[in-house]
Amino acid sequence: MSDLLAAWAQMAMSLGFHIIFAVLGIGMPLLMVLSERQWLKTRDPVWLDLTKRWSKGTAILFAVGAVSGTVLSFELGLLWPAFMEYAGAIIGMPFSLEGFAFFTEAIFLGIYLYGWQRLSARAHWWAGVAVAVSGTISGIFVVFANAWMNSPTGFRIVDGKPVDIDPIAAMLNPAAFTQSLHMTLAAFVSTGIAVAGIHAWMLRRDTSSPFHRAALKVALMIAVPASLLQVISGDLSGKFIARWQPVKLAAIERHFETTRGAPLLLGGVPDEAAGVTRHAIAVPKMLSVLAFSDPEAEVRGLNDFPREDWPPLAVVRYAFQIMVGLGGMMAFASLWVIVCWVRKREVALKRPLLTFLALLTPAGFIAVEAGWVVTEVGRQPWIIQGFMRTADAVTPMPGLVIPFTIFTVLYCFLGVIVAWLLWAQIVRVRPA
Amino acid sequence: MDAPVLALVVAGLIMVAVNAYVVLGGADFGAGVWDLLARGPRAAAQREAIAERIGPIWEANHVWLIFVVVLLFSCFPPVVAHLSVVLHIPLTVMLIGIVLRGSAFTFRAYDSTDSAVQRQWGRIFAVSSTITPVLLGMCVGALVSGALAVPTEASFVARFITPWWSAFTLTIGGLGLAVFAFLAAVYLTVEVQDAGLAEDFRAMALSAALAVGLFAALGLWFGRNTLTATTRALLTNPAAIALQLVTGAAAVTAIGALLTRRYRLARTAAVVQVSGIVWGWGLAQFPALVPGVHTIASAAAPTVTLRLVLIGVAGGMVVLVPSLWYLLRIFKAEPARAFERVDTAEHRLPE
Ligand code: HDD
Ligand code: HEM
Ligand code: HEM
Repeated sequence: MSDLLAAWAQMAMSLGFHIIFAVLGIGMPLLMVLSERQWLKTRDPVWLDLTKRWSKGTAILFAVGAVSGTVLSFELGLLWPAFMEYAGAIIGMPFSLEGFAFFTEAIFLGIYLYGWQRLSARAHWWAGVAVAVSGTISGIFVVFANAWMNSPTGFRIVDGKPVDIDPIAAMLNPAAFTQSLHMTLAAFVSTGIAVAGIHAWMLRRDTSSPFHRAALKVALMIAVPASLLQVISGDLSGKFIARWQPVKLAAIERHFETTRGAPLLLGGVPDEAAGVTRHAIAVPKMLSVLAFSDPEAEVRGLNDFPREDWPPLAVVRYAFQIMVGLGGMMAFASLWVIVCWVRKREVALKRPLLTFLALLTPAGFIAVEAGWVVTEVGRQPWIIQGFMRTADAVTPMPGLVIPFTIFTVLYCFLGVIVAWLLWAQIVRVRPA
Repeated sequence: MDAPVLALVVAGLIMVAVNAYVVLGGADFGAGVWDLLARGPRAAAQREAIAERIGPIWEANHVWLIFVVVLLFSCFPPVVAHLSVVLHIPLTVMLIGIVLRGSAFTFRAYDSTDSAVQRQWGRIFAVSSTITPVLLGMCVGALVSGALAVPTEASFVARFITPWWSAFTLTIGGLGLAVFAFLAAVYLTVEVQDAGLAEDFRAMALSAALAVGLFAALGLWFGRNTLTATTRALLTNPAAIALQLVTGAAAVTAIGALLTRRYRLARTAAVVQVSGIVWGWGLAQFPALVPGVHTIASAAAPTVTLRLVLIGVAGGMVVLVPSLWYLLRIFKAEPARAFERVDTAEHRLPE
């Protein structure tokens, strides 16, 4: 394994691991405070039990999220020192602000978890709200930084060095809005669907459990709107990359020749050497509509760009299809739930729906990972789109396969333990 | 403010954050050391007191480190680039320690109460709490000794190992461990209610104080050659002399207060003493950030960035300071009543 390969494998692995905890760290506090609110309103002990279980889960997930995030903040320098040297002054701003958001989150999580008897009921609930809000904000800030790598703004290059730096313009780069919206929704979708899935599974065995009914209800309250909005937000992201990262869009769509009124290709066999896709079903003008809301718009194709600027085409396309496919299924489940609600039917009694939700449990997380692969691999070979190549950013330190192996083993171990703890200490424990 | 002043202010801010990490986060590591060394009839009670102390606050304390990292890479990016190349190995090991420490502590709190399981997590927690400060100290030692000015064409060993692997850096690693353990034991004397436990932690604090003295002396001995410039600066600069005096006086006060069982005084004195050590390090290498490579002025980011980060920090403090105060008021103002982990908590009474 070359050092460059090891470096990005380690980066991708660390981020892929952290993102699961980050997503849950954004979603779980919201579930927790919604459920605690019900407890305060109804004084039905089922809600208290639920709140406490969810906050125990949040405590475990948060700790692993915090330590894996710390690893990331060091890894940016450890693996990509040239990137940090180049970009630090430009995008340090969102990272610094994110630091404050973490701080607030960690403080109020401590208060929330350990302060049950020390605070009034209302103060305790508000501590939970502070956790949920600051967790969401920290996610948004870090995605701002990532968005800058996709659409770098706020500086000029003179003699190979960035000058005229404007950190605010860099932070509010063109991708910042679409990406942070999409990410935040993704956090709510994946947490909501996963929690709904687990409790749907339990309900299939015991339809009467008030505990699982309560949990399912709250989880769906988040998952349903978020997964429907996510489709719209995904469309916005697509329109964004059509304008700012045409190579990425072309890779996603296997679109080789620049055309007006471009068709959307379904399936097909790409011939990279010849620069065409054969045997695909073409939906006329659809790509132009999706990318620019205009059936006659011109969509640039891969052949317009030098080969060395192409990302790995297959990875990007399949990752995109996985994300959109799962997103579609989750949106479908949400519509189904809405139909139940409108008809005043109990979701908990619809066995096929429960089964479907249970099957979707990991769907959101898989979609999140796939989406990041689209974003990150789709940007290759650039680490900063158009300005710095990944190969130029990597550390001179040799033997990077060693830390990669160590962290992979460590994270596998942590992943197994966390899954086991959540199962054995939280899900399996009988409701009081 | 013009550029040099701004850079100085930010560098000072980073030192404040380092100081906060040492006196707050450092004590959490130190407590892990005592978990490892817990002995005698009250060993279980000692461990429980340690867990109670760390539980609600370690994550907040830990953020100071993240804060240091983000401030450094926004405001002095070349420093981060340089340090993360030459200190790649110790920093990586330190990260592994941080990961294991945090997760094992949390897993212990939420895994089954079966004592075998508990001990297993406890041991991982304690061992990683012990290793991490040593590596942190070694990195600081390497930095302050000026060993990090390695040419890029040096051999692998000369570039990636020698700078941080020497008798001097190992001693500073030991000093880091001793300082953290000292802080933890002193804090614990105040925070436990049981007189017997307080006696235990007092004994621990005194032995750690001894270790601090020992490692400091060893550090001066091993550093006598590499540190000549530094030592001279330390001895001639009036600010440095004043700092040394304050640190020394605080050390004497801390030990005296421990001997006479005035624990609150001991705690204040220990914080002053350790802060003195931290700022002593800062002054010793001032104005260099990486001696021989980067100074505050040469490594600083453009003025706009520094100014915006300072504004951001000021704005952030408006949220942070009251929150932190609230946290400490809730958990530190009164001694722990019972270990109120969420699952053991009773239902709150309706108001
Ligand atoms: C629950 C997760 C989830 C779901 C259901 C979707 N996405 Fe997504 N997508 C993500 C989770 C995600 C993500 C992991 O959060 C990404 C990676 C970077 C980002 O900001 O969001 C992402 C990136 C991403 C990008 C790349 C943006 C860029 O590189 O700047 C596009 C074009 C889309 N998405 C489009 C869609 C479409 C059309 C969807 C239709 C249903 C969709 N996504 C559903
Ligand atoms: C290079 C990328 C990243 C870095 C350097 C990074 C850094 C960190 C750090 C240092 C922490 C610990 C903070 C603490 O102690 O509370 C953390 C936690 C967190 N991160 Fe990341 N992070 C990255 C990617 C992401 C992404 C992409 C998200 C997207 C949503 C995210 C969201 C969060 C959240 C919500 C937390 C709070 C802790 C939790 O809930 O588990 N991070 N991150
Ligand atoms: C948390 C979600 C994220 C995931 C799952 C993710 C995934 C990946 C993947 C798969 C790669 C390897 C791409 C390749 O080389 O082919 C990568 C690279 C990288 N990502 Fe991300 N990424 C995430 C967020 C971020 C964020 C928030 C940042 C920084 C602000 C970031 C910075 C980087 C850097 C510096 C690299 C290495 C250089 C490169 O390969 O482009 N990533 N990431």
